[in-house]
Amino acid sequence: MATEVHNLQELRRSASLATKVFIQRDYSDGTICQFQTKFPPELDSRIERQLFEETVKTLNGFYAEAEKIGGSSYLEGCLACATAYFIFLCMETHYEKVLKKISRYIQEQNEKIFAPRGLLLTDPVERGMRVIEISIYEDRCSSGSSSSGSSSGSGSSSGGGGGAGSR
Amino acid sequence: MSVMVVRKKVTRKWEKLPGRNTFCCDGRVMMARQKGIFYLTLFLILGTCTLFFAFECRYLAVQLSPAIPVFAAMLFLFSMATLLRTSFSDPGVIPRALPDEAAFIEMEIEATNGAVPQGQRPPPRIKNFQINNQIVKLKYCYTCKIFRPPRASHCSICDNCVERFDHHCPWVGNCVGKRNYRYFYLFILSLSLLTIYVFAFNIVYVALKSLKIEVLICFFTLWSVVGLTGFHTFLVALNQTTNEDIKGSWTGKNRVQNPYSHGNIVKNCCEVLCGPLPPSVLDRRGILPLEESGSRPPSTQETSSSLLPQSPVSIPYLRNPVPISSHSPFPLNFPSPTPRQPLIYFLSV
Repeated sequence: MATEVHNLQELRRSASLATKVFIQRDYSDGTICQFQTKFPPELDSRIERQLFEETVKTLNGFYAEAEKIGGSSYLEGCLACATAYFIFLCMETHYEKVLKKISRYIQEQNEKIFAPRGLLLTDPVERGMRVIEISIYEDRCSSGSSSSGSSSGSGSSSGGGGGAGSR
Repeated sequence: MSVMVVRKKVTRKWEKLPGRNTFCCDGRVMMARQKGIFYLTLFLILGTCTLFFAFECRYLAVQLSPAIPVFAAMLFLFSMATLLRTSFSDPGVIPRALPDEAAFIEMEIEATNGAVPQGQRPPPRIKNFQINNQIVKLKYCYTCKIFRPPRASHCSICDNCVERFDHHCPWVGNCVGKRNYRYFYLFILSLSLLTIYVFAFNIVYVALKSLKIEVLICFFTLWSVVGLTGFHTFLVALNQTTNEDIKGSWTGKNRVQNPYSHGNIVKNCCEVLCGPLPPSVLDRRGILPLEESGSRPPSTQETSSSLLPQSPVSIPYLRNPVPISSHSPFPLNFPSPTPRQPLIYFLSV
């Protein structure tokens, strides 16, 4: 683990942001929070399709658990109503607990899977639960990669993988 | 060598939030800008109940039962608690898209529709989705630069997109949306019960001593509040919002059926009133980095901040600013050797 940290810290110094990909919400099941598992072409050369899909599916599972309507959520709702919602001053809602789990999971995924591939997942809660933002980094040391330039996907794409300009 | 401790004022994210909201208690309270009618609501409820407790309860507690004022007090406290919850909480505001995201969506739209020549009006931006075998259209919000989720709508008074937008209620001084609909419903329900209760005992009391003003307020409140409660009970049973009802989204023979209804009244009620409560995604009390706070003078309560300039520097909604130096752009949570460094957001240079 120490060597992994050491390598990542070195990677930090040499990496620069190339572009960002945004995984949109999937509304086919209604308004519950689910993200599309469609593999974005920009990540084609950066990460295996299966790993990406597994991450998004796990996240979707977490959100489904948070928004699950069942006995425990009803109990929580009724108890909260009976106390005129003052109980939320001392108790965390089930949803908040699951969001914390999601944060930990995303951090773990970043450390283990995404950072070694020069990618970074941003927790959707920081983007208003609209998108999963994946930042793609180019290694400054590697030859052929142009400068990071603008952060948006428009404009000239960087050389090498992650060419977002090809639309 | 003496150490000087300089206390810098932290800037919290609520001070820079776009939209026309008012924030109080350092971001803990969030309301609409116009609060006049809310104060009227407070005045009417407090005034009527004060008169009731001061005059009638003293008589009725002695003559009939001491439980009368006790029950009235419980109803009154519950009404006030739910009113304040409705008024002060985030209704489910969807934060605006950051410049990167907005540009990404623009690219996608252009790819689908083709570039629009200068001077021509762009076609309405709509995405179609299928939910439970029904086609639902998602509209693009030009202010927030996002495709609105289904059932979300943009409130022109507060200038925010709100999830499961019901309506903007001037009586509570806030929008009613996904996060505070249940508090709103419980408020009008408890207020109806309180009004009926007070009115009933007014009739008993007014035979002996006349306090006509209270009776008058109760009488008018009764019909309006009870009527409103009935209407919202109907909406809850069908899992609809006021906005959808007004627009007639699910009525009419050529329209789709409501795909969000479970088809069962009990299930709908349970979901709307007792379902899981999503937390706010605004992070109003998150601390902005010093660079952001230095650019504008911090506002006290009112904020009229517009969307931050379209530079890649502004990333105001990140929850956990990580201390990093300018040479290492990776914003991962690795232990920093100098934790006292000023917080600098990762900049896309």
